[in-house]
Amino acid sequence: MSYLSQKGRIFDIQRFSIHDGPGIRTIVFLKGCPLRCRWCCNPESQSYEIQEMTLGGKTKTVGRDVTVAEVLEEVEKDRVYYKRSGGGMTLSGGESLTQPDFATALLRGAKDISINTAMESTGFADFSVIERYLEYLDLYLMDIKHIDREKHKAFTTQYNDKILENAKKIARSDTKLIIRTPVIPTFNATKEEIAKIAEFASSLDGVEEMHLLPYHRIGSDKYAGLGREETLQEIEPPSKDLMSERLEVVNSYGLKGQIGG
Amino acid sequence: MPKFYTEKIAKSPRIDFLKEQLFKEMPQIETDRAVLLTYSYMQTEGQPVITRRAKAFEYILDNIPITIRDRELIVGAATKRPRSCQVFPEYSFEWLEQEFDTLATRTADPFYISEENKKILHEVYKYWKGKTTSELATSYMTDETLTAIRHNIFTPGNYFYNGIGHVTVDYAKILKKGFDGVIKDVEAEKATMSLSDADYCKKNAFLEAVLICCKAAIRYSKRYARLARELAEKESDTVRAAELKKIAENCDRVPEYGARDFYEALQSFWFVQMLIQTESSGHSVSPGRFDQYMYPYYLVSREKGMTREEAQELIDCVWIKLNDMNKCRDAASAEGFAGYSLFQNLIAGGQNKYGEDATNDLSFMTINATENVFLPQPSFSVRVWNGSPHAFLLRAAELTRTGIGFPAYYNDEVIIPALMSRGLTLEDARDYNIIGCVEPQKAGKTDGWHDAAFYNMMRPLEMVFKNGEEDGERVGLKTGRVEDMRSFEEFYEAYKTQSDYFISLLVNADNAIDYAHSERCPLPFMSCMVDDCIKRGKSVQEGGAVYNFTGPQGFGIANMTDAMWAVKKLVFEQGKYTLGDFKEATADNYGKDMDAHHAQKLTLEVCKKLAASGKTLTENDIQEVYKTVVKNDCSEDKKAKYSQMLKDIEEIPKFGNDVPEVDAFAREIAYIYTKQVEKFRNPRGGRYQAGLYPVSANVPLGAQTGATPDGRLAYTPVADGVSPAAGRDVKGPTASCNSVSSLDHFIASNGTLFNMKFHPTALAGKNGLENFVSLVQGYFDRKGSHMQFNVVSRETLRDAQKNPDKYRSLVVRVAGYSALFTTLSRSLQEDIINRTEQGGF
Repeated sequence: MSYLSQKGRIFDIQRFSIHDGPGIRTIVFLKGCPLRCRWCCNPESQSYEIQEMTLGGKTKTVGRDVTVAEVLEEVEKDRVYYKRSGGGMTLSGGESLTQPDFATALLRGAKDISINTAMESTGFADFSVIERYLEYLDLYLMDIKHIDREKHKAFTTQYNDKILENAKKIARSDTKLIIRTPVIPTFNATKEEIAKIAEFASSLDGVEEMHLLPYHRIGSDKYAGLGREETLQEIEPPSKDLMSERLEVVNSYGLKGQIGG
Repeated sequence: MPKFYTEKIAKSPRIDFLKEQLFKEMPQIETDRAVLLTYSYMQTEGQPVITRRAKAFEYILDNIPITIRDRELIVGAATKRPRSCQVFPEYSFEWLEQEFDTLATRTADPFYISEENKKILHEVYKYWKGKTTSELATSYMTDETLTAIRHNIFTPGNYFYNGIGHVTVDYAKILKKGFDGVIKDVEAEKATMSLSDADYCKKNAFLEAVLICCKAAIRYSKRYARLARELAEKESDTVRAAELKKIAENCDRVPEYGARDFYEALQSFWFVQMLIQTESSGHSVSPGRFDQYMYPYYLVSREKGMTREEAQELIDCVWIKLNDMNKCRDAASAEGFAGYSLFQNLIAGGQNKYGEDATNDLSFMTINATENVFLPQPSFSVRVWNGSPHAFLLRAAELTRTGIGFPAYYNDEVIIPALMSRGLTLEDARDYNIIGCVEPQKAGKTDGWHDAAFYNMMRPLEMVFKNGEEDGERVGLKTGRVEDMRSFEEFYEAYKTQSDYFISLLVNADNAIDYAHSERCPLPFMSCMVDDCIKRGKSVQEGGAVYNFTGPQGFGIANMTDAMWAVKKLVFEQGKYTLGDFKEATADNYGKDMDAHHAQKLTLEVCKKLAASGKTLTENDIQEVYKTVVKNDCSEDKKAKYSQMLKDIEEIPKFGNDVPEVDAFAREIAYIYTKQVEKFRNPRGGRYQAGLYPVSANVPLGAQTGATPDGRLAYTPVADGVSPAAGRDVKGPTASCNSVSSLDHFIASNGTLFNMKFHPTALAGKNGLENFVSLVQGYFDRKGSHMQFNVVSRETLRDAQKNPDKYRSLVVRVAGYSALFTTLSRSLQEDIINRTEQGGF
């Protein structure tokens, strides 16, 4: 079987994405995630199962099985814009590490046709799995949500040991690594918590950039649409002032900080 | 070291003052020109028309009141009051007389007219009965043509009722040698002629007319010189007195002689620009490549010590003057060209005639001026090619981000070969600029007749369903009952037959109007700045230009594609419906109530008729009429059926979503218009070429189109230009761009227009600008021709509707131009709000 016929499960492909990696990009959202972050804005991404979600009175099926060739055909459509902007394909999720055969085949397929690759990922997997991705990956956008392992578990259902360990290894690889932190009031938005993440990021080999992504409520009605309760309903998004203060913290560690992707 | 000075240059306080003065009162109708013109015509009965035109121009310029506005540095005003307009009865007048009492209160582009001026015009108009271009054109048209116009299949209203304009003259020539130089050229030409030449009489009359006009223009500028000196003497402020003295010196020098520095060049440019618009009422008199022809004078002045700030202030002053000109159109046209726009298109950047990039410091300063003055004129454009400096494109993107709707972006890589395919030389094609909205041509050599007619591509489709008959009248051809059509090919052919027929009527209309202008309103002044009029001894209107075209513009390509595709799929492939079902559903407006805006208009008409017949109407009666008009009274069964039908139509893929077979089909559909149009020739010896753009006519002309098989409801707007139908492109900007670039933009050499609307967040930060530029370049790599953007949020526009006073200066991109949002009609405002807002994800 050619790797192009490899099947995988996605829930969306979004073109003209300008906030997840350099340039104009097409994001492929893979379904399934080992974490259950309380603030997750794509709750329909979490389960690997194909689901029904009702939004604005319309019920739609979330999740479909596609081949690598089918995805690449869609990705190919915006080649001219990637070329002009330095963009390409970004894998997101869910967590792409949960579908290694499919995801690595996708990345390989993109590289074969000279399309730049990036992946948004928590890094929660055995490093032997991650290694398979790095060969075809130009940019790893890695989420570091918290340095405290207990708090990490409390808000995401998983400990962060593996994540932090993997970050060090990815940093030493040929793939460029950017650390991204969702800023969630009540979870990690204090100066001290952000400082700890920034300190860790700056200790990684070759890591120069750290992005702070302000929590937003875009996902709220999706929880209802899936028949679930949002666990962070009462949280207000962080203010602009708070974000710029945290940005200063990041910059103080010698990192090139940025608000948003 | 950077090649250009790319920084912003702040505006001087003078600019804010001048801008405030512009908008302090409602524009007015002034009558001086009409009175002087008519008086002159009465003295010249029986003389050659070209002589009469020249003498009238001279008489107007010698006698029309002149004014220098407070604190301005560039002088020359066509009207006493700012943003007011003169009247041009030689083209048409009935509409204005009929609309005297509604001018000030209409929604689109109101004008104040005093009772005294109404009386004056009423007198003037008595002379013009039977003498206008419009009346002559009508008499040249066949009955079938007039019927089609009455049924709004196409609208040649622009030149039918007004002057032609749509020209970029050879400004560089006047800047260099002045009208004195033109006079010498004419004398040289006369010296080559012999009294016994076959064409001597007419050629000589034309050349004599040019001489009269040039001398009149020179005397006109001297009137300003005298006025400036008088004002300087009375002026107590010594700074202003010095400014006035300088103005006087400028006006003594130019446009009689060549300009010696930047300030003189700008003053000379302005006289030319405003006098062309005094000779005729044509709009889209486009300054073109201002950054190119002004550059030598800029360099001279910089060398002599002029600061960048001084230069910027002068340019900004010219931009103010471009907004001081105005034009009053009839109510229907005012909706089609809404926003008081004169479409004076000015373009920066691009290649020179040798194919090298020609961007210079002035290219950046024109962007500064547009940002500083922040008004709808000039219609500001930039040329983009593979060699454009990145800094220039980023600066242009920054201007886009302000939300002013400028610049429009044009693709050299498409336009140059497209123009060459129409017979321009390589050098001329490389030196193109844009006229009006989106129409490319070579300055100083072309009579493009670019806005020749609006052609609504949806109307022939309606005629197919109606078998060519509407309201009991034969309008189109008999193509057979749709119920009897057995294949998609048969249906498609019927559309093509109707369309070809209406295009031939359109050509009949345009050629009739063309002859009328050459016989009644040749323009000797404008013609002396277009090659080869002097050599040929002919005005532009008689075929004096090197390149001659007629460019009628089709619109509704997206709806046509979606409609045809829906019929193909649902009737002939899936067999879910018959053509009869579509006929019935569209006739019943899919069981939906009438669009509220249209229902209000119709109610008003009905009530006016009732009132005219002597009925006294109460508020209640009006409500009742409205209810009857708006309500769709077809049966519930039918409503249910239509509702299912709309759902099924919605499921069919639409143009604008990068679906290859739909996009390829759109290309074919567009050819039905573009390939037919280019078969015809005009009376000036030139050919027809199609454009695909709507100005803003997709709204008023959509309001004359019933429901269509793409699920579009009756009287709602038709898609603008080559853009996807509003709200139907849902795959993001790159998908829309790919679909639109699938059309053949080369063959639509009279221009295509692609509108996109962005939320400001999509252009945030340096990355936002970079990605925006990449999107434009990507669309251009795929051979799109033109792109323009509105960058405002929906909320902002809604708020502006509620609080127009807060948003008096909110500029939005309408079509090939930008306009003040609050001056647009409500329906056009709604259309702009409803255009898909593309955001970054």
